[in-house]
Amino acid sequence: MSNNSASGVISLQKTVKQLRFEAGLRRIKVSQAAVDLKTFCLQNAQKDPLLMGVPSSDNPFRPPKSCALF
Amino acid sequence: MGEMEQLRKEAESLKDDITAARKAVQDLTLQDHVAGTAVVGRVQLKTRKTLRGHLAKIYAMHWGTDSKLCVSASQDGKLIVWDSYSTNKVHAIPLKSSWVMTCSYAPSGNMVACGGLDNMCSIYNLKAKDGNVKVMRELAAHTGYLSCCRFLSDSEIITSSGDCTCLLWDIETGTEKTVFAGHLGDCMSLGVAPDFNTFISGACDFTAKLWDIRDGQCRQTFGGHESDINAIGFFPNGNAVITGSDDASCKLYDLRSDQELITFQDSSIMCGVTSLAPSLSGRLLLAGYDDFNCNIWDTLKAERVGVLSGHDNRVSCIGVTPDGMACCTGSWDSFLKIWN
Repeated sequence: MSNNSASGVISLQKTVKQLRFEAGLRRIKVSQAAVDLKTFCLQNAQKDPLLMGVPSSDNPFRPPKSCALF
Repeated sequence: MGEMEQLRKEAESLKDDITAARKAVQDLTLQDHVAGTAVVGRVQLKTRKTLRGHLAKIYAMHWGTDSKLCVSASQDGKLIVWDSYSTNKVHAIPLKSSWVMTCSYAPSGNMVACGGLDNMCSIYNLKAKDGNVKVMRELAAHTGYLSCCRFLSDSEIITSSGDCTCLLWDIETGTEKTVFAGHLGDCMSLGVAPDFNTFISGACDFTAKLWDIRDGQCRQTFGGHESDINAIGFFPNGNAVITGSDDASCKLYDLRSDQELITFQDSSIMCGVTSLAPSLSGRLLLAGYDDFNCNIWDTLKAERVGVLSGHDNRVSCIGVTPDGMACCTGSWDSFLKIWN
């Protein structure tokens, strides 16, 4: 029984130590975080092939088919 | 007993402090900030390639850094390295254990790794001088299944396990360098930050944790999910983390304000998220679900803007190429599909 409580105490001490560390974090304002998230998305939008679409001439997965007219 | 009670009280008090500190920086929500931003138009991706060859459920896939080669793992006991442009199989590697759950492609392209119910991470050298692919190292120390692995370089790899820990390994010596302990449930998935200084883990204790790779410290813990977190990934700028859960939702947590900013959910979606990947700009979030589909979300507006349907069974894994050109879905139907 006493073994269990000793390891229980140690485990709780670790938990408290970790929580103390996490509580001490410096946090920025959500408004700032939101601005940065949105700005990153908008600034990189043009370079995002899945968002903008890929013309078949540039699509490595879709080689342009040649049209043979005989 | 007095000490336990005191420690419990202190733990509760600290949790309240963290909740209060998070609320204190909530001057605006992300929704407020993007109220004026238009939702992206309907995203319609088509299957460009189907990679056929596995004979059983596919559990994992990972793109190489060249955005052309990728590796997939199936419980048919094979790792296949594919040339996704031609659909040719570059390597078909037979595994000692067929119960594979994860695979990873080294950034250099020189190695692949996999692991699963054998509790080990096996490293394969793709560039051996005699041309044969063979096991280079077997990393054994986890006491539970290997759920995910990601190379940092040819000499280091991080693994996550059903034993609730993650490990940083020295591949050369085959030994553990750092233990990342703290999760109270099976670790299901991990993602490495773009700057390689930190990594994130998602677990069956419903939380995601951010870890410092060098000193093993858990820096931040994110809660809010109501069930196991199966998938996790970094937002491309490294400042946010996206999780996918059995509770049918995905969540975006911002690292610097230390809190959840958005939840991606819909009353019509009632099955778990198995996998996720953001597009290059982060504006799109592709998420695979148990209902055989993959939903595409507008990350800023939290609205569904597309669906990838075409698999005949659960989508188990998804990955966007490093150059953002395409995404690959892997399924229990034994096929991989490339979409753009």
